[in-house]
Amino acid sequence: MAKAKTAAKKQKGAWKKIKGKWQLLAMFAFPLLWYLIFCYVPMYGIQLAFRNYNPRLGYLGSPLVGFRWFKQFFSSYYWKDIIWNTFSISLYSIVIGFPVPIILAIIINELPGRKFKKVLQNITYIPHFISMVVLCGMLYLFLSPRYGIVNVALSAMGLEPVGFLESSKYFKGVYVASGIWQESGWSSIIYIAALAGIDPSLYEAAKIDGAGRFKRILHVSLPGIVPTVVTLLILRVGQIMSIGFEKAYLLQNDLNLKSSEIISTLVYKQGILQGNIGYATAVGLMNSCLNLLLIVLANKFCKKFFETSLW
Amino acid sequence: MRKKKSRGDWWFDLGLVVISLLIIIVIAYPLYFVVIASFSQPEAVLGGKLRFLPIGFNVESYKMVLSEKKVWTGYRNTILYTVLGTCINLVLTTLAAYPLSRKDMPFRGPLTFVASFTMLFGGGMIPVYMVVRGLGLTDSIWAMVIPNALATYNMLVMKNYFQSSIPEELQEAAAIDGCDHFRTLLRVVLPLSAPIVAVIVLFYAVGHWNAFFNAVIYLRNQDLFPLQIVLRDILLQNSLEAVGGDLTGMYEKVMRGETMKYALIIVASAPVIAMYPFVQKYFVKGVMVGAIKG
Repeated sequence: MAKAKTAAKKQKGAWKKIKGKWQLLAMFAFPLLWYLIFCYVPMYGIQLAFRNYNPRLGYLGSPLVGFRWFKQFFSSYYWKDIIWNTFSISLYSIVIGFPVPIILAIIINELPGRKFKKVLQNITYIPHFISMVVLCGMLYLFLSPRYGIVNVALSAMGLEPVGFLESSKYFKGVYVASGIWQESGWSSIIYIAALAGIDPSLYEAAKIDGAGRFKRILHVSLPGIVPTVVTLLILRVGQIMSIGFEKAYLLQNDLNLKSSEIISTLVYKQGILQGNIGYATAVGLMNSCLNLLLIVLANKFCKKFFETSLW
Repeated sequence: MRKKKSRGDWWFDLGLVVISLLIIIVIAYPLYFVVIASFSQPEAVLGGKLRFLPIGFNVESYKMVLSEKKVWTGYRNTILYTVLGTCINLVLTTLAAYPLSRKDMPFRGPLTFVASFTMLFGGGMIPVYMVVRGLGLTDSIWAMVIPNALATYNMLVMKNYFQSSIPEELQEAAAIDGCDHFRTLLRVVLPLSAPIVAVIVLFYAVGHWNAFFNAVIYLRNQDLFPLQIVLRDILLQNSLEAVGGDLTGMYEKVMRGETMKYALIIVASAPVIAMYPFVQKYFVKGVMVGAIKG
């Protein structure tokens, strides 16, 4: 009797489990559908990079052209410039911009007075919430050769006004500097958290050993956040060839195009404005593959040398 | 507790404070300048006389912003996209995060991979564009809310929160009390996840408010343009309805058109900046939760 009861209970439990699983799967159905349509169908669409796309013939009907689009890219006059621009803008952003949030976090961590700390934090976060269009609009306003405050200040000092956005010479500098202005505060959050996680007794011990403030930063704070720094740096290096479309697109004009054309803006112009679907897909595909390779390598590197990894 | 500071410490602190003040000036002055320029006479702004206070305080620039019809349509559209888009985001993100957070989810590993892999590799701009166009979403509201209906990063943040902050026993107890998964999610999990829901909503909402890329790619119809496109047209391409037309007072209009840009920046960023002081702790929390690997 008792046995039968438990068996029945068990069966009921199993039924419940199946029903429960069914519900979980039903919930996931919508996101899954979205993933399939907007992430995986486009991956299927990658074949356009190897076809001469014709809307009447569809994906599979369009003739295969092998590596024609890739060859076309590498025989264009601009391919070196574009790859270099994409790479160098990122590289400069890392070399100049990466240490800034770390320094900022250390300053915030060392500051006396909670209130002042909070104020500094909250002010440095603000630019992160400004839209890219507004940021670029501000750059145009401030850097305008005739009316911009920067040039007004320059001419007040007796210097020639500079057309920062009207020459390819300054484009990358403007791009990187404004990026540092916009994102350093926000990026510092994670380091501030890492600093807060350092055991206070380490500081006490260093103090007893006679270490001054600066020494304590050097020998306690910095080593304490090294894992975070290394992980984020490698992650960043893994993304070196994937820089955003919006800023370069918004800041570019005919005069600075030589240093402002990057892979994503080229893909946009070729594919969407000019309708060279196959060519643009091919250039985009090269970039995606390179990004995947870089991030996988970065993760391997992380795993091997620092025993942390992204997955 | 507080010990007397040594002289060295005192100088160190002073140095820090000075550097901090410099940082504050560098970050805040450009923003402050936009504010004072928007209230000033154009001649003063364009002549480079503006320093710390508005010169010839007036609100003409704001009047000009409000007289621009496309600013209004842009604002309306952006509010619509933000509200609708964020709702869709929240529903889809939760529907993905909850099942993936459950240990009894069938095919949990493979499905998590299906989601996470998209963060590493994708078809790229053109194949996605082809899909959106193929579905007939271009030049419609849906182009602004469906292609980015789900951000995998946010979804994983939510999933991690469900796993780490909601006791499993609680969900089991709900199941024993006869709750199915939908009820458990709605009555137990979500009410306990208010902080993460707030974070996710804010991330998505700011994203929609500032969204530019999708509009550039998918929209041609001017009536659908969100605020950011209108901003681009006015700030970067100087296309103003008020300037142009009759030539009387042309010079003043052109001049005013410049300070009007500052006012427009304020008008367009105001909602995000205004809510910022109240919600910034949630944003910060979001970054922290995201940083925990799960």
